Amino acid sequence: MNYTERLSNVTVLGAAGKMGSGILLLTALEMVDLSLKPENRGKVFVINAIDVSSEALAGLMRYIRAQALKAAEKKTVQLRAVYADRADLIDNEEIIMQYVDDVMVTIRPSVNLEVAYNSTLIFEAIKEDPELKVKLLSQLDKNNSHKPWYFTNTSSIPITQLDEKANLGGRIIGFHFYNPPAVQKLVEVIKSAHTLPEVEEFALQYAKSLRKVVVPSADFAGFVGNGHFMRDALHGIGEAEKFAKDVSLPEAIYMINKVSQDYLVRPMGIFQLIDYVGVDVCQYIMSVMNPFLKDEDLHSDFLDRLIGQGVLGGQFSDGSQKDGILKYEKGRPVAVYNPDTKKYDLISDFQASCDEKLGAMPRSIQPWKSVAFSGKSEDMLKTIFDEIKTMDTVGARLAKEYARRSKEIGLQLVADKVAFAEKDVNTVLLTGFFHAYGPINNFLD
Amino acid sequence: MVAGYNTISLGTGRKEFNPKKPRPGLEEYIREAGQGVLKQIGGAKNVDESVIGNFIASRFNRQGNLAAFMPYIDPDLRYKPAVRVEGACGSGALALATGIRSVLAETADVVLVLGVEVQNTVKAIYGADILAAAGWAKDRKEGHAYYFPGKFSDRAKAYQEKYGKEKPREAMAQWYVNAIENARLCPTAQEYHNSSEELQSCGMMNPNPRGFVDSLNVYDCSKVSDGASAIAVVSEEGLKRIGIPKSEAIEVIGMGQAEDDITKPPDDPTILATTREAVRKALESAGITKEQLGTVECHDCFSIAGILAVEAIGFAPHGGGAEFVIQGNTKRTGKVPFNTTGGLVGWGHPTGATGVHQAITIWEQLTGKAGDSQIPITAERPYGLTINMGGDDKSLVSIVFKKAE
Ligand SMILES: NC(=O)c1ccc[n+]([C@@H]2O[C@H](COP(=O)([O-])OP(=O)(O)OC[C@H]3O[C@@H](n4cnc5c(N)ncnc54)[C@H](O)[C@@H]3O)[C@@H](O)[C@H]2O)c1
Repeated sequence: MNYTERLSNVTVLGAAGKMGSGILLLTALEMVDLSLKPENRGKVFVINAIDVSSEALAGLMRYIRAQALKAAEKKTVQLRAVYADRADLIDNEEIIMQYVDDVMVTIRPSVNLEVAYNSTLIFEAIKEDPELKVKLLSQLDKNNSHKPWYFTNTSSIPITQLDEKANLGGRIIGFHFYNPPAVQKLVEVIKSAHTLPEVEEFALQYAKSLRKVVVPSADFAGFVGNGHFMRDALHGIGEAEKFAKDVSLPEAIYMINKVSQDYLVRPMGIFQLIDYVGVDVCQYIMSVMNPFLKDEDLHSDFLDRLIGQGVLGGQFSDGSQKDGILKYEKGRPVAVYNPDTKKYDLISDFQASCDEKLGAMPRSIQPWKSVAFSGKSEDMLKTIFDEIKTMDTVGARLAKEYARRSKEIGLQLVADKVAFAEKDVNTVLLTGFFHAYGPINNFLD
Repeated sequence: MVAGYNTISLGTGRKEFNPKKPRPGLEEYIREAGQGVLKQIGGAKNVDESVIGNFIASRFNRQGNLAAFMPYIDPDLRYKPAVRVEGACGSGALALATGIRSVLAETADVVLVLGVEVQNTVKAIYGADILAAAGWAKDRKEGHAYYFPGKFSDRAKAYQEKYGKEKPREAMAQWYVNAIENARLCPTAQEYHNSSEELQSCGMMNPNPRGFVDSLNVYDCSKVSDGASAIAVVSEEGLKRIGIPKSEAIEVIGMGQAEDDITKPPDDPTILATTREAVRKALESAGITKEQLGTVECHDCFSIAGILAVEAIGFAPHGGGAEFVIQGNTKRTGKVPFNTTGGLVGWGHPTGATGVHQAITIWEQLTGKAGDSQIPITAERPYGLTINMGGDDKSLVSIVFKKAE
């Protein structure tokens, strides 16, 4: 079965979810592009979009239609060539609408798992629940006579475990998109102990067609991305808790968030990132990872407490940020949650005194945006960290601690053979987390 | 001609432009420009008839029968004659030509001439479909997604194949730099707010054939614009009626019109043959030579069209236009300043309004009303020339002006 045949009948499980919808979109576009090649004319391509709620599937179809339209508008120059032999399609508009139609007729939304019994490739993106994943995968595999291949999007469950428990005989690979899949360039590819070479080969070809950046990761809970992020987050939470002996917890959170964003030149502070991913999602991923760790307790009482109080973060369906540890206005943090009073404390009330405690900002510091896209970020970062190195303010000390810890986490991932190379860790943080630099660097040496 | 008025050219680049917010429609533009003229000429009662030039409101705005918008400008225009003319991007100058003919035929002494286009109603990729109507519909299927950029990209490619790659690219970049530098001096220009310090390197950017066309970059292109321009075409009698001294007006000295077959590709893509013919006729009917031109408003829908226009007028031999531009001859400080308020690349290109806007710029320059854009006009070179083009060198109007005396 070649690449095109493998992609002729596909299923996405959990298609209406955050990740599933993006995976469905990317894969449907790839399939339609294949179907429009002259050698594939007349062949039928099908992608089943399976989820539990019909209502969510209706929303999904609207989302896919809007996204397919955007995609078509972007590549109209190529599409004119693709549809050159269609005398009835003359205007761009007609060509764009035809492409959207071609995408929509490829997708079959359904709430019944049975439609997946004919698929040769199955993307799994249901919620992060090991038991449920195993249950669905084994049920599917028992009933599907085509020996399908499985691409799981799990963030933290070892692939070998899914492979063995569902009895898949190596026909599975971790294909870990970042959120949102249609935008994020990074994919972590994780082989189980048994993954068949042809499955990996196909995965790489598929990633290449989607123009994704692939980082291989060892099959260890959390892989590279969450392996770094979860520990980095725990460090930030720990620093804030230490600090909260002198100031209120919201003040401490504000300061650590500021240091991890402004001083470290990151796109967002660590507490904002936790909100972005979801407080509950972070807690859950840690809980899935934790049993696999030997001398480490990946767990936060602070997160448990927040979740207990219903503080969850995450995003609205339009992608905007929900309130979590921080409260947002127009996407910017304006207040910090106080678990003691169960209220948000306004940042503007304590900002000045906190900034004073942190001390003067390094003069060379610039916002992440102006550094990351400057084309000379290496030089700018060197200047910034050279200055931070010589400073002894509270802010500078916290920043140095933070950067050292981040590097240590990265090196540990390599030492533990979760990542196969230092550059892989850096690629994940650069591409998947949009950092302006990798954590394994010499800026503070 | 007298009493010109331009609305701003609205579109990307203007601070006021936000694609997500509602914007003025055809009505508002027509009324603003029309009233802008009427105020200067003593009101609508002085107008005998009017002409409105527009390319394709029927598709951008679902609107036909535009002549009936003239009374919307002022109730005193009700029941007076009005006509809408269309010649694609050359509609504006066709409207002028129509007004001029009426005055010459002595059927009117004061004609209100207005050009308008509102294009930002659709995304550029769909706008390209609409604008493609300026070419032959039967050629659309073969054409590029961005049909007209595709046509002029083909011309640029042919020019570069014939005369080398580097110089033409450099000249196109220089054209862009000049356009923006001029637009920055004109408050109604679409690029008025442009503060980039990297104009030259923008202009030199490599074309991106995957996303756009083979031989042009986005800076080589005129803008997608909303705007209207209006001016009064009047006889000597008419001037007296509206009470404006001759010194405030410009005189039409000569005019050349030329039309080519829309179903045929150009004989030689490196030459704007119809433009050349229209300019020749205009200069001949004016009885002057190109050396007497103090300024030119040419139809630079694409930077390459500007360079080819330089050659079509005869300022440089074929293949020499690029060098002529690189040398700075078309800059505002050069031998013959071109497009002193930015042209189509810098001021903007509300298609049906462009020809009228060109005449207004010449009126402003020759009568000393150009404000920060003002260039010196000498006694040796007292004439201004406009070239307005519809389609790919198909519908041409060229007019020679001089300050009235
Ligand atoms: N959100 C992220 O940032 C992110 C990033 C990378 C990987 N992941 C992983 O992707 C997977 C999905 O995460 P998500 O964030 O998209 O979650 P989500 O909750 O948005 O989506 C899960 C979807 O699965 C559906 N579902 C649940 N049970 C089902 C069943 N039995 N059959 C069919 N569909 C079912 C749900 O209705 C929902 O639409 C998880 O494994 C997660 O760890 C998430």
